[in-house]
Amino acid sequence: MLTMILKRAAMAIPSLIGVVIVTFLLTRALPGDPAAYFAGPAATPQAIQEVRVKLGLDKPLIEQFGRYVVDLGHGNLGNSLTTGQPVLTELRTRLPASAELTLLGLLVSIVIAVPLGILAATRPNSLIDHACRVVATLGVSLPVFFTGLILVYVFYYLLGWAPAPLGRLDVFFDPPPQVTGFYLIDSLIARQPELFMASLKQLILPALTLGIFSLAPIARMTRASMLAVLSSDFVRTARASGLSSFTVIVTYAFRNAMLPVITTLGMVFSFLLGANVLVEKVFAWPGIGSYAVEALLASDFAPVQGFVLTMAVMYVALNLMIDVLYGLIDPRVRLEA
Amino acid sequence: MTDIAATPRRDAALTALLRHARYVIAENPVTGFAFALFVLIVLAAILGPDIVPYNPLASDTAQALKPPSAHHWFGTDQLGRDVFSRVIVATRLDFFIAVASVALVFLMGGLAGVAAGFFGGWTDRVVGRIADTIMAFPLFVLAMGIVAALGNTVQNIVLATAIVNFPLYARIARAEANVRREAGFVEAARLSGNSDWRILAFQILPNVFPIMVVQMSLTMGYAILNAAGLSFIGLGVRPPTPEWGIMVAEGAAFMVSGEWWNAFFPGLALMVAVFCFNLLGDGLRDMVDPRRRT
Repeated sequence: MLTMILKRAAMAIPSLIGVVIVTFLLTRALPGDPAAYFAGPAATPQAIQEVRVKLGLDKPLIEQFGRYVVDLGHGNLGNSLTTGQPVLTELRTRLPASAELTLLGLLVSIVIAVPLGILAATRPNSLIDHACRVVATLGVSLPVFFTGLILVYVFYYLLGWAPAPLGRLDVFFDPPPQVTGFYLIDSLIARQPELFMASLKQLILPALTLGIFSLAPIARMTRASMLAVLSSDFVRTARASGLSSFTVIVTYAFRNAMLPVITTLGMVFSFLLGANVLVEKVFAWPGIGSYAVEALLASDFAPVQGFVLTMAVMYVALNLMIDVLYGLIDPRVRLEA
Repeated sequence: MTDIAATPRRDAALTALLRHARYVIAENPVTGFAFALFVLIVLAAILGPDIVPYNPLASDTAQALKPPSAHHWFGTDQLGRDVFSRVIVATRLDFFIAVASVALVFLMGGLAGVAAGFFGGWTDRVVGRIADTIMAFPLFVLAMGIVAALGNTVQNIVLATAIVNFPLYARIARAEANVRREAGFVEAARLSGNSDWRILAFQILPNVFPIMVVQMSLTMGYAILNAAGLSFIGLGVRPPTPEWGIMVAEGAAFMVSGEWWNAFFPGLALMVAVFCFNLLGDGLRDMVDPRRRT
C-alpha cells in the first residue's frame, strides 16, 4: 500500500512541474513590459529600470525561472498591488471559506446523486430512471451562476427562507474563534449553536448551487456503473443464493460500482473548483475565487497568479488523494502497483 | 448544358439527404427537436440585429426596470433597454465565441492528436505532456489565468476556451489515429508508395473527421458556458455590448430586489443554447457510432 502511494505521488511530480512552468509563463506573457506594470502607472523610466533589476527581469529567462522557483519554495507569491498584502497571507485567510463551500457542495451532490443513480439503475425505465436522466441533462446545461441567482430569487426574495446572499455570516454575528477556519466546525467547537445555524443558513444556497452543478456527472456515472455491475455474474450468484436484495445491492453491487464513480470525482473537482469562482461572486462569498476576480478586474496580477497556482496544486493533490482512495477500496489496484 | 445534367443528380442527392434526415428525426424525435432549436439559434445569430423590435443599446430611462409586457416581452433593464432585443442580438456574439473556439481547438487538438497517434515517438510524448499539463489545472481557473495574462479581450476568451479543451480533442484524435495506424487500408496505401504525410492527409484524417465533428458539437455547450462564465466575472466582453453572461451579471444585482427578468431571460437563453448543443451532440454521436448510445 505504501509503495503504491509513493509511486502515485511520484507520478504527480511532473504535473506539478508543468503547473509551475505554466504559471511562470503566464506572468511573463503579460501584455507590455512587466517591469512597467509592476512599477505602477506613475513610474518614471528610472523607477521602471529599478523594478526591472529588482525583479530580475534583466536576466535571461531561465535564470528568472530559477528565481521564481526559489521564491515559490519560500512561499513568496508576491504582493497584491491593491491591498499591499502578501498574496500567500491573503490566500491562506480566505482558503477555508472556499474549502468549506466546495466540500459542502460536493457532499450535497453525493448525497443526492448516488442514491438517485442507484435507484435509477435498479429500476430501469421507471419514473425515477427518467427523472435521473432529466436531472443529468439539465445539470450540465445550467450555467452555475444562473442556478445560484434563481435560488436567491426563490428562497430569499420570494419565500424569505434564506438570508441575503452577502457572505459567510450575517452582520449581527461575530465569526467563531478560528480552529479549522470552517465556521460550521468552529462554531460547534465553541459551543455556539446559534452561530452554527447562522453560518449554515448562509451556506445552504451556495452549497446547493454547487451541488446541483456537480450532480449530473455523479448521478450518470453511478447509474451506468450500477447497471453494469448488476448484470454481472457475481450479483446473479448472490441473488440466486437467496440474499436479500438490500444486501445484494448495497454490499455486493454498490462497493464495486463505486470505483468508476470515484474516478469521475477527479473530473467533478475540476468543474467544482472552477464553478466555485462563479458561485463566490454570486453570493459575495469571501473566498479565494472572489479574491482572484477582484484582483483580475483591478489588473492586479500577482493574486491571480497565486490563485491559479494554488488551485492547480490543490487539484493535483486531490487527484492524488482520489487515486489513493481508489487503492484503499479496490485491493486489485494495490496488487498491480 | 452542364446545368441541365447536374440538376437531376443534385435533386437525387438532396432527396436522399432529406430522406436520411427524416429517418434520423423519426428515429429520435429529441434530436429533431434539438436540430430545430439549432436552426432557430443560427437564424437569431444571423438575422438578430435586423429583426429585433428595439435598438439593443438605446436606453429609455422612463421605461427602466419594467416587468415583461406586450411591448417589452422580456421587460426592460435598469437603463430602460429592451431585454428581448438584447438577448436576441447577443446570440451572434455568444454563438461566434463558441464556434470560433471550437473550430480553433478542432484544428489545434485534432491535428496534434492525429500526428501523435500516427507518428508515435517523441511527437506523442510532447503532445501527451502538453495535454497532461493543461489537465493538471481546473479548466475554468486556467482559462481565467490565460485571459488575465494575455489581455482582457474577446479573442483571448476564444483562445482560452480553445486551450482548455485541447486535451480532450488531442486524446480522442490520438486514440482514433492510433487504432488506424496499422489498419489494412493504411498498409495498402503505404505499399503503393504513399508518403507518411499523404497517408495522414488522405487516409487517416477523413476517418477521424466524423468522430471529431461529434466531439465539436458535444463541447460547443461547454464552450458557451465557459465563455459566459468568463464574461460573468467581468472578463472579455464589456458593457454595454449585449452578451448573455454579462447580461446575467448586470441583472444579478436586481435579483435580490425582485426584478428577476433582467438576469432570467439571458440566463434562460444560455441554458437553452447549451441544452440544444448537448442534445444535438448526443444525437450526432448516435448517428456516427450507434454502439455508444446510453
